Amino acid sequence: MSMSEQGASGPGATVETLLSVRGLSVFFKTRAGETQVASDVSFDLRRGERVGLVGESGCGKTVTGLSILGLLPRGAARAAGEVRFGGHDLLAAPERHLNRVRGRAISMIFQEPMSALDPVFTIGRQLSETIRSHFDVSTREAQERGIAALDAVGIPLPRQRYFEYPHQLSGGMRQRAMIAIATVCHPDVLIADEATTALDVTIQAQIIDLLIRLSDENGMAILFISHDLGVIAEACHRLVTMYAGQVVEDAPLDDALVRPRHPYTAGLLASMPTRQKGARRLTSIPGRVPSPADMPDGCRFAMRCTHAQPDCRRAAVALVTTGPAALARCRRAHELTLAGVAA
Amino acid sequence: MSLRLSLGRPAAIRRRFDLSSVLAISFLAVVVLASLLAPWVAPYSPIEQDYTQMLAPPSAAHLLGTDDLGRDVFSRLIHGGKASLFGALLAVLVGTLIGVPVGLIAGFRGGWIDDVIGRLLDTLLSFPAIVLAVAITGALGIGLTNGMIAVGVVFSPVLARLARAQAMVVKQELYVDAARSFGATNTRILWRHVLPNAVQPLIVQVTLMLAVALLAEASLSFLGLGVQPPWPSWGAMLTRAYHYMEAAPEQMFAPGLAILLTALAFNALGETVRVLLDPTN
Repeated sequence: MSMSEQGASGPGATVETLLSVRGLSVFFKTRAGETQVASDVSFDLRRGERVGLVGESGCGKTVTGLSILGLLPRGAARAAGEVRFGGHDLLAAPERHLNRVRGRAISMIFQEPMSALDPVFTIGRQLSETIRSHFDVSTREAQERGIAALDAVGIPLPRQRYFEYPHQLSGGMRQRAMIAIATVCHPDVLIADEATTALDVTIQAQIIDLLIRLSDENGMAILFISHDLGVIAEACHRLVTMYAGQVVEDAPLDDALVRPRHPYTAGLLASMPTRQKGARRLTSIPGRVPSPADMPDGCRFAMRCTHAQPDCRRAAVALVTTGPAALARCRRAHELTLAGVAA
Repeated sequence: MSLRLSLGRPAAIRRRFDLSSVLAISFLAVVVLASLLAPWVAPYSPIEQDYTQMLAPPSAAHLLGTDDLGRDVFSRLIHGGKASLFGALLAVLVGTLIGVPVGLIAGFRGGWIDDVIGRLLDTLLSFPAIVLAVAITGALGIGLTNGMIAVGVVFSPVLARLARAQAMVVKQELYVDAARSFGATNTRILWRHVLPNAVQPLIVQVTLMLAVALLAEASLSFLGLGVQPPWPSWGAMLTRAYHYMEAAPEQMFAPGLAILLTALAFNALGETVRVLLDPTN
């Protein structure tokens, strides 16, 4: 995958901040009480910016995405903190306000295009339902907009596909249809939760290109949630790495790739397959993520970290500034020189 | 319900209507037409008695014979169909209108709403069905309409249970979350996404209930809580024939077979509707 050509470091600091997640914590209710699955997560999304949220399964990246839209399972989960968007705190906003934001201003696409489309309705019905829940337009107008949206995501014969059911489309086409539904109201922010994970590699590349194009054309900000650094390296301007419920590094993509400041980011980069001949064995990070019920007091990564010192285990580590618009949650961020990938 | 049939091309339609559904629909059409046109179709009045012709076997004059008061069984069958079909449809309609929304809301909302509704359903289910129907009929007044409304109330917890279970499954589906992320309200999600995806087993259950309701109408009429004499219904005819089982066993065949075949036709119709509503079929 080409990591150098997207080179642009993204919209400058002068571009308005659209979405600001501040001190977001998510708790799940369990028999034993509440378990914290995301702690004090903060990051910003600016207009037109593409941010990658990476981390392994269970690190809290998906719940972070879900809580932005208030989609956490009701009763079973609780979110604290702030999600500032358009002058409101979405976490505190009433359902009525959220319904106006969802799909219109912030939209979401999911990992499984097979199950994210309602099997009993045509693609067109699902498109026009979304359009008509946000705009007061006629059925005919909604249909035209829906067909245009299918066309915009590169679905051939959109006028025909509009009247087809999800099962009549291939996996890649379904994900395109999902993207069409998610973007038909031209939202400011799109949350893509593992949007390409279930697709095969060639389709994956097409979908990423499509998302990049939509983002460039409409100034739509995208939050890519993925465990696949390759996808994020190709598409994003900024990389937010999460580990065990915390943001451990937040940096412009190029900086993070060339010189990661957190050993976990470096570990993720090292475990990416490369194209070089005589390929080395894939590196893995030893050990396992600590369970949310049993978090260490000190650095949460310390027990797997090759650079850990006794002090690392003692007290919780705060995010330190490592550069312009770059943060890392490592006591040794300034003294370590960690290997990245060649740009 | 905002379901649209996905009929497609004529060949596809033909494939979906197999022999059993064609037979079932034709049979039901004949029964419904005959019931509606009873005054013109039936050869005799259903209540006219002829004491010279009691419990007569089938003949050219009386195709299905006569009953214990000399009334033409064929005419009573045709007239009785109206009461039986109306009763069955009414009971199932009442059961569906009460049971399905209650069940869907309980399953979809969960939490204390589900608990409260669940206990209420348990209470209703703990009564023996026929006792509850008798009690409700007693409260509402005796007659076919009230009797079948009572049967509908008895049916409703069964449908509610099924709808609740279905809603609990469907609400976990990703497309429900997806619809929410596109801005659909809870009400919209419930009626536009949960109901249509939960409806298939409900349709099957409803058609099975139409058959059960036909028999329930017979039971209520047997107890004197349904159709009042001298007017006929299939159930009332069956109970009356039952008293003369030894003297004229063939009397039971006409209403018995009418109930059986209609019930079978309802079931086949249910299967056809289920297939038609499934876009992946």
